[in-house]
Amino acid sequence: MSSEPMIPLWEVFIRPRNGLHHKHVGSLHAADSEMAVQAARDVYTRREEGNSVWVVRAEDIVASDPSRSEENFDPAADKVYRHPSFYDIPDEVGHM
Amino acid sequence: MYSQGLLGANTDTDETEDFLAAFQARIDAEEKIEPNDPMPAAYRKTLIRMISQHAHSEIVGMLPEGNWITRAPSLRRKVALLAKVQDEGGHGLYLYSAAETLGVSREQLTEELLSGKAKYSSIFNYPTPTWADIGAIGWLVDGAAIMNQVPLCRCSYGPYARAMIRVCKEESFHQRQGYELMRKLTRGTDEQKAMAQDALNRWWWPSLMMFGPSDTDSQHSDQSMKWKIKRFTNDELRQKFVDATVPQAELIGLTMPDEHLSWNESKNNGEGGYDFGEIDWDEFWRVVKGHGMMNKDRIATRKKAWDDGAWVREAALAHARKTRERKEAA
Repeated sequence: MSSEPMIPLWEVFIRPRNGLHHKHVGSLHAADSEMAVQAARDVYTRREEGNSVWVVRAEDIVASDPSRSEENFDPAADKVYRHPSFYDIPDEVGHM
Repeated sequence: MYSQGLLGANTDTDETEDFLAAFQARIDAEEKIEPNDPMPAAYRKTLIRMISQHAHSEIVGMLPEGNWITRAPSLRRKVALLAKVQDEGGHGLYLYSAAETLGVSREQLTEELLSGKAKYSSIFNYPTPTWADIGAIGWLVDGAAIMNQVPLCRCSYGPYARAMIRVCKEESFHQRQGYELMRKLTRGTDEQKAMAQDALNRWWWPSLMMFGPSDTDSQHSDQSMKWKIKRFTNDELRQKFVDATVPQAELIGLTMPDEHLSWNESKNNGEGGYDFGEIDWDEFWRVVKGHGMMNKDRIATRKKAWDDGAWVREAALAHARKTRERKEAA
C-alpha cells in the first residue's frame, strides 16, 4: 500500500456570499481540479456555507517564510503614525 | 512551500532549555501554534497521535450507524441518519487534514489504521443490534464526544482548534436527533420502551469509558494540559458528562444502569454533582487491546473499502494524468 502514488493535496477557499472574500476553510486530496471542486462542494458546503469554491494545489501556494516573520511583520508595530488616531484634531471638527 | 504541507520538510528542533521555555511562554500567552512554527518534537508527536486517533474514530464511527441507514423506520429518520454519517466522514477529513499539517501523510495515516497500529475510540467496537442503539449513539456517544471536543476548540494548535470548531458546529444536531429518537421510543409501546432502556444499559458504561483512563492512570494528561492541547482532565470531563446526562435520562423516563449513582451536594466545589459507580477498567483495556466484540469486523470492513476502492484511486489519477498530457500537447 505504501507504494501507492500520493493523491495531491488542495487548499479550499469558500465565498460565503457575494460581496465577501473567498476564505480558506481547509484542505482535501483529489486527483484533479474537477474532482477537487466537487469534493470541496460536498465536504465544505453542506450547510449553506457559501456560493463559490476555489481550490488551489497546496504546492502552488507561495507563502512567507515563518522563520522571518519578525523582520517581515514586526516593523509595522512602531509605525503608529499610519493610524488616524495618531493625529490630534479639535473635537469641534466632529467626525473626520 | 511554507503553506500547509510539511511533507519532506526538516522539522528537527534544537530543544535547548531556552527553546522549550520560549515555546511554553507562547502557549501561556494563549498564542496559537501554526503548522510551520518551531515546536518541540514531543508536542508534534502528541498532536499527531491525538488528531489521527480522533480522525480514525470519525471514520470507523460511520460503520455502526451506517449499518442502520437502509433499515431506518421512516424517511425522516433516514435522511437524518444519512446526513449524520456523511458528517462523520467530513469530520474525519477535517481531522486528517489537520494531522497532515504536522508532516504525516494521509497514506501513512490510512496504513496505520488498517494495520492496527493506530487506535480509534473503543466505543465503536460495540455492536448496534437494535434501532434504539442509533438513538443511544447520538445521545450518549455524540454527547460524550461533544463534551471532549468543545474544549478542544481552544486547543493551542491552530489547525486542530479550527477543525474542532467546524466539528462542534455540526455535531449538535447529532446529539439532538439521538435524544429525540430515544424520547420517541420511551413514549411508544412497552416493547419500544424496553428497547430504549436496553440500549441505554449497553451504551452507558462504554460512553463513560470514552473519556479515557482515570487521571491517576493516564499517561498523557499532564504534559498535554501544560501545552494546552487539552484543557480538562479525563475525569473532569467524565464528571461533566454524567452531570449533564443523568437529568436527561430522567426526563424521558429512563434509568441509568448504575446502582451507585447518587446526587452529592458537596461535589464540583459545592455546586453539586453525581457520584457514580466504578468503571470496569478491565473491559476498557480489553477492548482497547483489540478484544472487543467488533474490533476485527470494523478493521476488516475498512480494509475491504480501501482495497475495493483501489481501482477508483488508480483510475482517477490516470484520468488526471491523461487530461494533463492532452492539454500540454495541444
